[in-house]
Amino acid sequence: MLRQFGTNEFLFILAAARWTVLLSLIAFAGGIVGGLAIALMRVSPLKILSATAGGFIQVFQGTPLLMQLFLVFFGANTLGLDLNPWVAAAIALTLNASAFLGEIWRGCIQAVPRGQWEAAGALGLHYPSLMRYIILPQAFKIALPPTVGFLVQLIKATSLAAIIGFTEVTRAGQIINNATFKPFLVFGTVAAIYFALCWPLSHISMRLERRFAAASAR
Amino acid sequence: MSTMSEASRLQDEIIIRMEDVQKWYGTFQVLKDINLKVRTGERIVICGPSGSGKSTLIRCINRLEHAQKGRIIVDNIDVGASSRDLDAVRREVGMVFQQFNLFPHMTVLENCMLAPMKVRGTSKAQAEATARKYLTRVRIPDQADKYPAQLSGGQQQRVAIARALCMSPKIMLFDEPTSALDPEMVKEVLDTMVSLAEEGMTMLCVTHEMGFARSVADRIIFMDRGEIVEEGAPDTFFSNPQHERTRNFLGQILSH
Repeated sequence: MLRQFGTNEFLFILAAARWTVLLSLIAFAGGIVGGLAIALMRVSPLKILSATAGGFIQVFQGTPLLMQLFLVFFGANTLGLDLNPWVAAAIALTLNASAFLGEIWRGCIQAVPRGQWEAAGALGLHYPSLMRYIILPQAFKIALPPTVGFLVQLIKATSLAAIIGFTEVTRAGQIINNATFKPFLVFGTVAAIYFALCWPLSHISMRLERRFAAASAR
Repeated sequence: MSTMSEASRLQDEIIIRMEDVQKWYGTFQVLKDINLKVRTGERIVICGPSGSGKSTLIRCINRLEHAQKGRIIVDNIDVGASSRDLDAVRREVGMVFQQFNLFPHMTVLENCMLAPMKVRGTSKAQAEATARKYLTRVRIPDQADKYPAQLSGGQQQRVAIARALCMSPKIMLFDEPTSALDPEMVKEVLDTMVSLAEEGMTMLCVTHEMGFARSVADRIIFMDRGEIVEEGAPDTFFSNPQHERTRNFLGQILSH
């Protein structure tokens, strides 16, 4: 017997959106920490650090996120660790976000004009001070629009966690669809929720980018 | 003709010594057999056509560029010996760039205070007092709380000079300090450099301002294709250049 798609069904999907948001926030927060480390390693004058970070980025950019989720989820099981889908999804997405943010931020750090590095160096500032006081504050401004843009990608990417059984908004949609068999309505609702989350962010990203373009054209 | 007063002003101490310095970018040799001695208090102007290696030469002194061969001794420290030695050299050598290279996210005052606090460990109050002193000296004390983008090019370059002076350097390097300025702002920067010269600062200036060279320099160095072609006191350099290449160059820049 099929259920109707009513208010309760809608609320079930909407409530699951909080897990989408939470998973996104965790992966984003982890990605900020990991991405900063990767970006700093990538621009390091030490070859070993730069090569390690480069390899990490290549692996995570060159494989599908779904495979990364599988490898963490099933890989942990093989190693005898019992990761629940929550933790596995958080770990895989954090690693993935670290790689992508690291690569975005590497570009932003290197976009700070050469003259800034030289002026700071000529004043005798050491690498850590040079990074902290001169380069990173300027790279931060450049990085803001693409970073917010990446957050949009990340929110949508959390939908893949449904496949390893984590009940976020996409999985909730599958469950409701199985009971109601109204796929267009159900997944239309799911898509609308993603859109409601992502659109304001895309909008902010575009405005930041325009403001940055105006500021640097001065 | 180097006068008696000039001779007595300059000390015998050699503060910069470049020995057989060679540098390549890939297979292209930018510096060939550079030998140069600079005495404490000496004011040197380096000129030459673009691509002649003059900027590269002064950038080797604080190792913004690395010379593959030869030795560079600054204030008795070997620039290439170790990173600790490099730190010591950079503390004593101030640099002013063509594009100013002020830190755009910091106020003028913060630009001037950062290095003394982070490199020399000066207290905040002391760094601010020093910064205000030098900003007064370059005649922009009232701009201290503005950001670089709010200043004219000439003002920005004077801030850059003040920022370098806040480290109390023994040597100042100027890499085409007026080349990026609108013509009406060149004088205010040159005036600042002249007053610095009058105070006895050791200065190496890459510039095409021949009026400045004539009135301030103890010695003018002409470079072409990576080598020092000719050097001499301004009067002999301008009135009686020895080399064909020098004469051509001077003919081109002084003909108007």
